[in-house]
Amino acid sequence: MTDEAASMTDPTNGHEPAQPALSPENAEIIKLTRKDFVSDQEVRWCPGCGDYSILAQTQKVMPDFGYPKEKIVFISGIGCSGRLPYYMNTYGFHTIHGRAPTLATGLKAARPDLMVWVITGDGDALSIGGNHVLHSMRRNVDLKMIMFNNRIYGLTKGQASPTSEFGKRTKSTPVGTVDTPIVPLTIALAAEASFVARSVDTHTEHLQQTFNRAGFHKGSAFVEVLQNCNIFNDGAFRDFTDREVREDRMLVLEHGKPMIFGKDRNKGIHLRGLHPEVVTIGEDGVTEADLLVHDEQAEEPYLALMLSRMFWPDFPVPVGVLRAVPRPTHDQLIEDQLTAAVAAGGEGDLEKALFSGETWTVE
Amino acid sequence: MTTETRPAEPEVRDLERVTIRFAGDSGDGMQLTGTQFTRTAAVFGNDISTLPDFPAEIRAPAGSLPGVSGFQISFSSSDIHTPGDAPDVLVAMNPAALKTNVGDLPPGGALIVNSDAFTQQNLNKAAYASNPLTDGSLKPYTVFEIPISTLNERSLEGLDMTSKQKDLTKNFFALGIMFWLYERSMDPTLAWIEDKFGKRPAIADANQRALKAGYAFGETTEIFHTHYRVAPANLGPGTYRNITGNEATALGFLAASKLAHRPLFYGSYPITPASDILHQLSGYKNFGVKTFQAEDEIAAIGAAIGASYGGAMGLTASSGPGIALKSEALGLAIMVELPLVVVDVQRAGPSTGMPTKTEQADLLQVLFGRNSDSPIPVVAPATPAECFDYAIEAWRIALKYVTPVVYLSDAFLATGAEPWRIPELSDLPQIGVENWTDKATFQPYARDPETLARRWAVPGTPGLEHRVGGLEKADITGNVSYDPENHHRMQLLRHEKVARIANDIPALETHGPTSGDLLVLGWGSTYGAIRSAVERLQAEGRSVAHAHLRHLNPFPRNLGDVLTSYRRVLIPEVNLGQLLMLIRARYLVDAVGYDKVRGRPFRIAEIHEEAERILGSLASRSSASNIGGRAADDR
Repeated sequence: MTDEAASMTDPTNGHEPAQPALSPENAEIIKLTRKDFVSDQEVRWCPGCGDYSILAQTQKVMPDFGYPKEKIVFISGIGCSGRLPYYMNTYGFHTIHGRAPTLATGLKAARPDLMVWVITGDGDALSIGGNHVLHSMRRNVDLKMIMFNNRIYGLTKGQASPTSEFGKRTKSTPVGTVDTPIVPLTIALAAEASFVARSVDTHTEHLQQTFNRAGFHKGSAFVEVLQNCNIFNDGAFRDFTDREVREDRMLVLEHGKPMIFGKDRNKGIHLRGLHPEVVTIGEDGVTEADLLVHDEQAEEPYLALMLSRMFWPDFPVPVGVLRAVPRPTHDQLIEDQLTAAVAAGGEGDLEKALFSGETWTVE
Repeated sequence: MTTETRPAEPEVRDLERVTIRFAGDSGDGMQLTGTQFTRTAAVFGNDISTLPDFPAEIRAPAGSLPGVSGFQISFSSSDIHTPGDAPDVLVAMNPAALKTNVGDLPPGGALIVNSDAFTQQNLNKAAYASNPLTDGSLKPYTVFEIPISTLNERSLEGLDMTSKQKDLTKNFFALGIMFWLYERSMDPTLAWIEDKFGKRPAIADANQRALKAGYAFGETTEIFHTHYRVAPANLGPGTYRNITGNEATALGFLAASKLAHRPLFYGSYPITPASDILHQLSGYKNFGVKTFQAEDEIAAIGAAIGASYGGAMGLTASSGPGIALKSEALGLAIMVELPLVVVDVQRAGPSTGMPTKTEQADLLQVLFGRNSDSPIPVVAPATPAECFDYAIEAWRIALKYVTPVVYLSDAFLATGAEPWRIPELSDLPQIGVENWTDKATFQPYARDPETLARRWAVPGTPGLEHRVGGLEKADITGNVSYDPENHHRMQLLRHEKVARIANDIPALETHGPTSGDLLVLGWGSTYGAIRSAVERLQAEGRSVAHAHLRHLNPFPRNLGDVLTSYRRVLIPEVNLGQLLMLIRARYLVDAVGYDKVRGRPFRIAEIHEEAERILGSLASRSSASNIGGRAADDR
């Protein structure tokens, strides 16, 4: 390749680090710690907000991936979640309401060498930006989308969101919302997301594991984080996330393992016809063999879709990875077409392009 | 094969310029017919200018008035600027095409009709109470009734095709007649058919036979007593090709990418009349051009901004309705100060309006259609060929000043064609920008002292990790700031950065006297009509000049001086006076407007007449020693 051609495809003016990225081995070489990812900006969320934990776990897992800081970009939309990039000592772009996935799509297409995270919320991702979530997922854009779901509009001070419960009374719905909520995980699955997971702001270890899994996934990763807004929707998830009840009211998904939950590890999910039901091992002749076994790699997302519909109080709330399947990424498919075009017709020649079609010469 | 030998020698007359309009049903292939005639005339060396005119409906009901599609081409042995005010020859393939177009044909004009199509059913569809071929209403014209469908079908006898399939080739029969009438070689079109339908020999054969049969018809029948010759134009030395505005625009962006050594990323959502830019750029994959058909207009610009953020040349294009959707993201690009080019191929009307028709009424939208003061440079090519130069110019500004730029085209420029002298690569301007890499001196909003461009570092640059976004930035550091004085300073800086581009663009040139009675000022696709009208007035001895703006923000430095060098300023626009409002507001000059918004370009005669009217009022005012100042009679 000529120097000119090289620079055409290298917008960093040759500042490409030599080492390969996204490998645990590389993480050993680069040796970054959480501190390296803390920016000099003062964090300004309400005291007690779930966002603090999400930020901390995000910073903690960043060294895992083997990317140098300058190769990581955080892109956010509008809402409380949108401030997160300011607090990450990486490249960051706080964009406009709902549109972060579009910028991430263009960035990743132009710069496949970067690791791109999208930070969004329930209003940003599912209301104003719903279309872009849908299309970034179906294209399998290699971005990691973390959606903070607090079931309320926090930054605008307490209006109903697309995930607010039916009938919820808020500032904008004083006698209750008449809108049926949508389920973020169902939406992501319907949009053909290749990685879909859920975790909880206060479950720090699980949150780190989930972010780690998302980061290593090649393709669109959608992670819903149940996040408490202690000012406008305090305790939205308390009924099943509190320490005392969570084992009985949440289902931690593990690939290849039967769906067992409960303090006594004796409750499970059984499939009756097309519907899941909660059963107790040892009662009515139920054994572990009667339980559904989780398969995050299933080609068709039937099981994941079913899990996405299960919620407290009818069911334990599933957390963990619902779906993780390999699929070619958007940026790779674009690169492949470019490579094929060069292979078929050689590198583009501007002069030839200008003189293409019928020409005539005047002496 | 050759078409040069001819049995009998009919009378040949030399003409300087001919304007032909092909009109038929949108299923009749009129755009193709027009395009083929254009290519042939262009390759022959004529100067050409075209005006395709088609409905938004892909196939309106056959034979109906809304389904009529037209293509006008003017070709000449001298330099021309417009597709012609009125056709000399109208080819009407059915009654609906006759009805919608005959009003434009001047008395004495030639009218070629496909008499087979004048059935009672088609006459009803065109709402003709009586048959115009027999009721005498076409008396003012020289009418040639030719049973094109029958003759064509006869020429295809023996081919294994249905009548309906055969009828689809009748446009080539009509084209063959026109080729004979204007002494054109059939070779380019025969070759084109071979190339296009080579894999389907039966169809290629039918179309070629139809073309030759039409030509032979012209040659052997005595229906035409004369045929005509329009000599090649003296366009100046160089190699030429025929090009539409959209083609030139796409090529200009490709060239800009090569010149700036940065890959082009094109995010776009399909919209008339901009989609052809996407189609063309998607064919440049071997140049490293990445095209992205987005889920909507907002995603298209969002992805383009994302690509620019990564150091590529992020580009998006649309038309007015799409630009409206993009405006919030355009504000973001202004705030984060990234290079970006946004193309607006303007079309007619608010809302959906008339998608395939031309207008230049988005000027104020692109200048002011965003929240707050959000300055953006705007460039506008004047002719289809010039689209190439201004695509590069848009990128020159975007990269040098690290700013979004709007490139204003319109449906007339986009689909109209003219000969383009292909430039030498060495004649193209040097454009580009270096990304900041020095850690010691980096601040995201530190600026170049001369251009005020901010220091632009892209992700991947070690040690320069920083955050940008739509929140107001602190000067220099780029941190989020709500400081009142800082906001005031940043608003002024953003404004001043764009204003200073005026130091870096050519002065406005005037064609004609540098001072005098009347200046006709235009922008965009009105160029041809204005230039032709002004040249006509100059030939008549009037004191008139033409100036044409290509930079609409900022304006050229000398614009104020130019405006005040004439007694009167006339601004014709295909809108209701948008440039006029800017000129009057900014320069306190009592310019007058001349506005026609019909979805079609100005005719030369209209501008000529309006200019004459103003010159007349100036003369009468002078003679009456009217010292009352600005006269109300100007408008």
